[in-house]
Amino acid sequence: MRACAGPRLGAAMMEGLDDGPDFLSEEDRGLKAINVDLQSDAALQVDISDALSERDKVKFTVHTKSSLPNFKQNEFSVVRQHEEFIWLHDSFVENEDYAGYIIPPAPPRPDFDASREKLQKLGEGEGSMTKEEFTKMKQELEAEYLAIFKKTVAMHEVFLCRVAAHPILRRDLNFHVFLEYNQDLSVRGKNKKEKLEDFFKNMVKSADGVIVSGVKDVDDFFEHERTFLLEYHNRVKDASAKSDRMTRSHKSAADDYNRIGSSLYALGTQDSTDICKFFLKVSELFDKTRKIEARVSADEDLKLSDLLKYYLRESQAAKDLLYRRSRSLVDYENANKALDKARAKNKDVLQAETSQQLCCQKFEKISESAKQELIDFKTRRVAAFRKNLVELAELELKHAKGNLQLLQNCLAVLNGDT
Amino acid sequence: MAAEREPPPLGDGKPTDFEDLEDGEDLFTSTVSTLESSPSSPEPASLPAEDISANSNGPKPTEVVLDDDREDLFAEATEEVSLDSPEREPILSSEPSPAVTPVTPTTLIAPRIESKSMSAPVIFDRSREEIEEEANGDIFDIEIGVSDPEKVGDGMNAYMAYRVTTKTSLSMFSKSEFSVKRRFSDFLGLHSKLASKYLHVGYIVPPAPEKSIVGMTKVKVGKEDSSSTEFVEKRRAALERYLQRTVKHPTLLQDPDLRQFLESSELPRAVNTQALSGAGILRMVNKAADAVNKMTIKMNESDAVRWFEEKQQQFENLDQQLRKLHVSVEALVCHRKELSANTAAFAKSAAMLGNSEDHTALSRALSQLAEVEEKIDQLHQEQAFADFYMFSELLSDYIRLIAAVKGVFDHRMKCWQKWEDAQITLLKKREAEAKMMVANKPDKIQQAKNEIREWEAKVQQGERDFEQISKTIRKEVGRFEKERVKDFKTVIIKYLESLVQTQQQLIKYWEAFLPEAKAIA
Repeated sequence: MRACAGPRLGAAMMEGLDDGPDFLSEEDRGLKAINVDLQSDAALQVDISDALSERDKVKFTVHTKSSLPNFKQNEFSVVRQHEEFIWLHDSFVENEDYAGYIIPPAPPRPDFDASREKLQKLGEGEGSMTKEEFTKMKQELEAEYLAIFKKTVAMHEVFLCRVAAHPILRRDLNFHVFLEYNQDLSVRGKNKKEKLEDFFKNMVKSADGVIVSGVKDVDDFFEHERTFLLEYHNRVKDASAKSDRMTRSHKSAADDYNRIGSSLYALGTQDSTDICKFFLKVSELFDKTRKIEARVSADEDLKLSDLLKYYLRESQAAKDLLYRRSRSLVDYENANKALDKARAKNKDVLQAETSQQLCCQKFEKISESAKQELIDFKTRRVAAFRKNLVELAELELKHAKGNLQLLQNCLAVLNGDT
Repeated sequence: MAAEREPPPLGDGKPTDFEDLEDGEDLFTSTVSTLESSPSSPEPASLPAEDISANSNGPKPTEVVLDDDREDLFAEATEEVSLDSPEREPILSSEPSPAVTPVTPTTLIAPRIESKSMSAPVIFDRSREEIEEEANGDIFDIEIGVSDPEKVGDGMNAYMAYRVTTKTSLSMFSKSEFSVKRRFSDFLGLHSKLASKYLHVGYIVPPAPEKSIVGMTKVKVGKEDSSSTEFVEKRRAALERYLQRTVKHPTLLQDPDLRQFLESSELPRAVNTQALSGAGILRMVNKAADAVNKMTIKMNESDAVRWFEEKQQQFENLDQQLRKLHVSVEALVCHRKELSANTAAFAKSAAMLGNSEDHTALSRALSQLAEVEEKIDQLHQEQAFADFYMFSELLSDYIRLIAAVKGVFDHRMKCWQKWEDAQITLLKKREAEAKMMVANKPDKIQQAKNEIREWEAKVQQGERDFEQISKTIRKEVGRFEKERVKDFKTVIIKYLESLVQTQQQLIKYWEAFLPEAKAIA
């Protein structure tokens, strides 16, 4: 893959997709608020104003506007890479004080491998296809690359916005450092040992999760939430995977239209009878309709697949919260038992009392904030689904009408000729 | 097949053939005239026009040669699947017919044909006129339908019987609407007969659908799954298209075998269904490649030659392009089916998600989404159906048709080769005669002279045959191209209309869903 210095995501709209600028801007705006219903807040506004894709990494320009006194300036920008986002996310997770909050899920790693491979294969196969076909496919792949790029930018941005919108997390010191410190944070990615540790931690957690979730909760609200989240998470996972597959099939069919259009064009230019005009017109139709079909697939991907994927991650984060609360409940109950034992033996009672009190406080604090977080989660979720489903339906309608128009025009011409 | 008789001109309006016929000069008539006329007809003695070599009252050896040729042809091209005993029964009764069963080299010329108890000559006249008129107006008032596939029998001897319904106002048929039951091998038998009669004189005989051992076995064994129903439907549609194409051909329409196929309730079993397979034809064509080279070198630069060369090249290109397009369309069919399956899976998943969603309005909206996607899945399935039966099958039909066209060009090559060979032999005979003269052997000289006369006739015949086949091919190609243009336009427009319908449905579904989504509070 050539070391590409572009594409940049400027504040201006991206080229490469041939719809008018207003569609792109709708998409861009949509991407930011795609899955979270965020109120823009003058106190702290964060966005990714630019991005650069290099050989094996992406550099995001994080732009902050803030009236908070914590920052030296009111407006500033820094360059961050994916690993630094992960570092920030992990620091939240590991912070005991945030145990009672749903930690905004980390953005997925930018993955251009598949796209790069395709572009490479295309380059290798250049000799075996006509120049026209080659240009067509190249444009297609470049558009794909661009789409993936835009998506990853959006997902990193959403993460930051969620943090900035959260009343507690936005005050986090690491967050401020992340936003402001204009040198490299020097956070290396976790090395093998640390990754292994993480893996075991997760294993233990899920084993724990099983044990802990066996305990029926006294509180109806949390009991309901637990049952709900477990089931919901699994089903969102399934729906997300199926939606992905559906979107990909759609794209394959659109690609076929491309090839059919090219073949019809070849037929049209070579035929000796008067059908050549006919073929050329139909070829043109397929080219145009393919663009619409590709857009349908892209929109479904954006409004449906991405939505589901995001809520897959958020519901996992919510589950994690519940787990942490359960964990603290277990600790609380253990402390109670220890206190009883100590009182019975009349030994280290004060120590046991203090410990029990701490556990109690921790548990109650988590429970209180968790309740609010889960209610907020539902509100966000409903709003996001509503927004995306409405937009999905509107876009599907727009494209179907466009397609219909195309087809009817073409048929009118063809029927008129014959 | 009359060497010099041209098939009824399409849209020409000149009943030239008719005039010739009346003149009574020619001993040769087209197939049209033959079997209809009883021996007592006032028409000129009709020869079995099916046999091209019959046109020459020439000596038997000609036929032998031709038959051998034909045998060669079939030997290479046929796939034999003997259903019953290997005994080959002549398919058409006692009639002298050409080598459907190319067994006996001694032919087949009989100056008279036993009338097949067909309509009297009077009717024949009228129907001939009728057909010409209709041909001129380009309306062949005949409609064929293939329907109601029915499994007959059990196990490995089972077969599918199809109902072939004909609706026509042509008077050469005894009724205006009738139907018969036929099985697949009957269709292959019909094609085999038509091919053997008409292909080698330059008529483009539409190829029959391909055999499929796997497909049929599944049906025989009784697998009642969707793939065997699909297979039967695919075959039924293919058989229908095959018949429709065949009856559109003005010359073939008048063939008695075709009529028998459409009309008679009992058809003798085609035991050895030798189909000219696509592969077989290709082999023939490849073998003829050398002949092409020789030919283009030796023949004069004339318009005719250039026309044939150009046309061959054009068909070659067309073939390639169609194959490429076909591959892409098949991929589309495949992906569309995949899309349908994936949409169905997503619909179910969305329904489940809707179930577990605890916000009532959102839950309802998700269920609605699931319903919409289910309907869309149906839509995709129907579209895939259209993709295949309209677009993809059209292409594969034409790919096979072009193979038949190539075959016809190849026959012309062979014809030319025969003519060349006759010329060479004549030369040799003349040299032999000269030698005899020098050696002064009077009896041998006489023999030589006889042989020279014989070969002179053959050379003449060869030239006539070659010109005839060239003429026929030019006409056929013109007709074929016209048909092709019409076919493609009609089918593609129908296909586009199916796409229109899909979009209209999509609009309906999403318009119904939108308020549901907006209702989420």
